[in-house]
Amino acid sequence: MGYVKALKCRECARQYPIEPIYVCEFCFGPLEVLYDYEAIRGAVSREVIGARERNLWRYRELLPIEGQPQAGLTSGYTPLVRADNLARKLGMKELYLKDDTAMHPTLSFKDRVVAVALTKAKEFGFDTVACASTGNLAHSVSAQGARAGLRRFIFIPATLEPSKIVASIVYEPHLIAVNGSYDDVNRLCSEVANKYRWAFVNINIRPFYAEGSKTLGFEILEQLGWQAPRNVVIPCASGSLLTKIYKSFKEAELLGLLRGQLQSRMFAAQATGCSPIARAIKEHSEVIRPVKPQTIAKSLAIGNPADGYYAAVAVRESGGWAEDVSDQEIVEAMKLLASTEGIFAETAGGVTLAATIKLLETGRIQPDEPTVVCITGNGLKTQEALAGQTAQVHHIEANLASFEDALKKMGR
Amino acid sequence: MAVKVRIPTPLQRLTGGKEEVQASPGKVIDIVQELDRQYPGLAERISEGGKIRRFVNIYVNEEDIRFLQAEQTEVKDGDELSIVPAIAGGKERHR
Repeated sequence: MGYVKALKCRECARQYPIEPIYVCEFCFGPLEVLYDYEAIRGAVSREVIGARERNLWRYRELLPIEGQPQAGLTSGYTPLVRADNLARKLGMKELYLKDDTAMHPTLSFKDRVVAVALTKAKEFGFDTVACASTGNLAHSVSAQGARAGLRRFIFIPATLEPSKIVASIVYEPHLIAVNGSYDDVNRLCSEVANKYRWAFVNINIRPFYAEGSKTLGFEILEQLGWQAPRNVVIPCASGSLLTKIYKSFKEAELLGLLRGQLQSRMFAAQATGCSPIARAIKEHSEVIRPVKPQTIAKSLAIGNPADGYYAAVAVRESGGWAEDVSDQEIVEAMKLLASTEGIFAETAGGVTLAATIKLLETGRIQPDEPTVVCITGNGLKTQEALAGQTAQVHHIEANLASFEDALKKMGR
Repeated sequence: MAVKVRIPTPLQRLTGGKEEVQASPGKVIDIVQELDRQYPGLAERISEGGKIRRFVNIYVNEEDIRFLQAEQTEVKDGDELSIVPAIAGGKERHR
């Protein structure tokens, strides 16, 4: 039932067989999955998809697996929330939040990519999966890998916060805390990946893994009745998510799933303390200049983004733009989102909302255009980002007088 | 003295296994052409139409040439030029 023809270099178009490889031997460009769209056209329709279970595998023909899904069977199809309270605050007419804070099982969009990566790893015959991560990816590989019966090696910097370590180690992977920075961990992992026959989800399985992000885009379209929104605001770390959401929109148009013509613009959101992609877009530059990240949005802190070039191309081609926001703006946006729509996003969600506000202010997004803001992870994971920045708690004695005293002080 | 050129693992098949080779001073793109005369096929792997390929990073004394004068960057006697595949991280991949 697979529809993948080959792997293809995005740069020089050389083709390779379907193997756990990720870089072109000839020109070093990244490899991408090549589908047989003619065959897929005959197999899917809005009706076929609509009758399926509500998880990310309802788009399985457009995911790079051969057999049945083997992981993430309860992942995906997260809510698309019509955010009228927030829209009113921002003077907007039609605002939606794609809410991956509610993702099963590990509360971030990484469950999408890991579902595909682990299924593919099993198809390739791997018994061990691995990743380098500081957070969401580690949680997802640890959890989904446990359920899939895979041996797991998770590499983290030793200085990681205790709460993030607990959210991985509870699933009992082999958790390897490396003395060094995240970049050191990454470098070590590429050496380990060369030596051991393991499935590193974001290294040798990357061409397959990355395709999982498309399900976020397909869901947005389906949940809008297969109508494309005018604007989509997407957080950027490596840039892969934005690239793949744009790809999913184009595939939906190509296959006739979309109603009408695709006119969606992609907007990249980054923290100012790590904004190599936003900077390249704003400066109309072809070159992604690497930076040393310094931001509370740690899940987006990739200074040398692997897919930055392609993300910038997608933004440009779609007629979008980019915006970057300060740590204070991120915190304010997290609080605004929670207090208007009841959604507690991680810092990356603060980045996308704060960037959306800036794009409105500068007129890049018009208030009457249907706009989707992607919220990709849950705030319960990064509570320390709000330390000392939240509203006041009212402390009282356990008697009515003390309570009413406090009420008065609140001005109620 | 000459320019010291560091060759990444995937290109060492072309240099007979040598990790480091020598070239004469000059512009980056001229050095690539000179290396191609010594090790045929090398230029095609890392450049196209006089431009360094997007997923090949070249450093002159640790500085990325995209922040210098790109392909036109002058490399002097005693300088070190490193060729690093961007995604492979300079390492041979596992098959």
